[in-house]
Amino acid sequence: MSEERFDAIVVGAGPAGSVAAYCMAKAGLEVLLIERGSTPGEKSMTGGRLYGHSLHKIIPNFWEEAPVERKVTRETVTFMTGETAVSLDVKSEKWNETPSFTVLRSEFDAWLASKAEEAGAMLAAGVKVDELILENGKVVGVRCDEDEMFANVVIAADGVNSLLAQKAGIRGEILPKHVATGAKEVIELPREVIEDRFNLSEDTGAAQLFVGECTRGLQGGGFIYTNKNTVSLGLVITAEEFAHTEHRIIDLIEEFKMHPAIQPLIEGGKVVEYSGHLVPEGGLSMMPPLVNDGLLIVGDAAGFVLNTGYMVRGMDLAIASGEAAANAVIAAKAQEDYSKQGLASYQTDLENSFVLRDLKTYAKAPSFMENKRIFGHYPFFVEEMMVNLFKVNRTPAKPIMKETWTTIKRYGGLVQLAKDAWKGVSAL
Amino acid sequence: MKKLSIEERLGTTKFIVDEGVPHIVLDKSICATCKGKPCVKACPAGLYQVQGDSVSFDFAGCLECGTCRVVCLPKGLKWEYPRGTFGVEFRYG
Repeated sequence: MSEERFDAIVVGAGPAGSVAAYCMAKAGLEVLLIERGSTPGEKSMTGGRLYGHSLHKIIPNFWEEAPVERKVTRETVTFMTGETAVSLDVKSEKWNETPSFTVLRSEFDAWLASKAEEAGAMLAAGVKVDELILENGKVVGVRCDEDEMFANVVIAADGVNSLLAQKAGIRGEILPKHVATGAKEVIELPREVIEDRFNLSEDTGAAQLFVGECTRGLQGGGFIYTNKNTVSLGLVITAEEFAHTEHRIIDLIEEFKMHPAIQPLIEGGKVVEYSGHLVPEGGLSMMPPLVNDGLLIVGDAAGFVLNTGYMVRGMDLAIASGEAAANAVIAAKAQEDYSKQGLASYQTDLENSFVLRDLKTYAKAPSFMENKRIFGHYPFFVEEMMVNLFKVNRTPAKPIMKETWTTIKRYGGLVQLAKDAWKGVSAL
Repeated sequence: MKKLSIEERLGTTKFIVDEGVPHIVLDKSICATCKGKPCVKACPAGLYQVQGDSVSFDFAGCLECGTCRVVCLPKGLKWEYPRGTFGVEFRYG
């Protein structure tokens, strides 16, 4: 390698970028990892949960050394209206084989980038990449202010906004229906209080998703993840929704905190950080070309996020894509072919792995979620059914079937319900 | 636990403001023609506020999410990340 040319430049030290840099450096490649924050992690934000399987493959039992918060053993999905919350609550030890963890990204990303450095990657933090350098249509490096840096391959791990690919004309504008805006508060509470309130033992955690009143029926939902001595609470709302509503996300998140089902969980807590982020949710329909001459696109920049309504995944896909990109660069170096053809194994690896397979499996989920009835209608339907089921007063009771039938009729009838249920089942 | 104003919430977050070098610049004449003004409702930092026909905006306090960039269909703003080392610094993330 000549002094001024790297095998690879990775832009962005999030999970996808740091894993790509780690894997390439471990294989002996000369790697430059560039991060615009003063330290890795400083610009990163998540709701917060990492499904561990893909990082476990690269760094076995990473959770023994990584700064993860709690291992999730409790999953809750809740339909909420103004006064009612109806939940599906699952507590199990059976996820232990492939555990998931709540995480805070500032510390976690700093750790992962340090692994890449230990493996031999060079980290340039506090440096913003302004644009890709192209020669004859091939990416050959990056420009940062006055400086130019060159490499055989650039890996764009620059996050959901993915300005690099857009500026280079490789991808178009992001559509508002393909992304969701997230707002989050990190709320500090004593460890034991969190464990008592969420029914947890030491180091185990809860992941809770909410649909309905928390977004006032707008497409999206709420979340709570328990960390060691903080709770991450927030909302995610499809960006397109803000064109047709008077609700502001900054108000909705505070109202969510005040809900009678949420308030007791965070009472006495102190907000220690407020953050916001954009989540790519368009799946395959927003995916840019992943392989280009001298350029691979990974993680959020490639749109690798899955939101099925009961589960949100991004970091596990990002990590697997970083590994696949690294392998493609390693293979390209062996052949000394960094063209689109030389790097093509990135695409085929992803197609054969869970990354693109799962995105294909759930490809209908984003359009299913556009169904207004899910967010505005069914939470009330569920409320009425459940409240009536448990209600006791002096009015003589009706048989359950009769009561249920009345509710179903009021919410559009059995045919509509069956249609939506079928769409849901076939999309998920 | 009570509701917090957006100012109180942003007060918990660390920012290194690049004084005098805004990374988002509005063309307020375009904002004045925009009916829905989705930025006002969507910005998780509440930095956009309706001001007459147009909007007012302050880049200090920006969480760098990119929502305004995406929802602004009339292209009334120029959006870049802040210069390296400037902007928001998440201590939790």
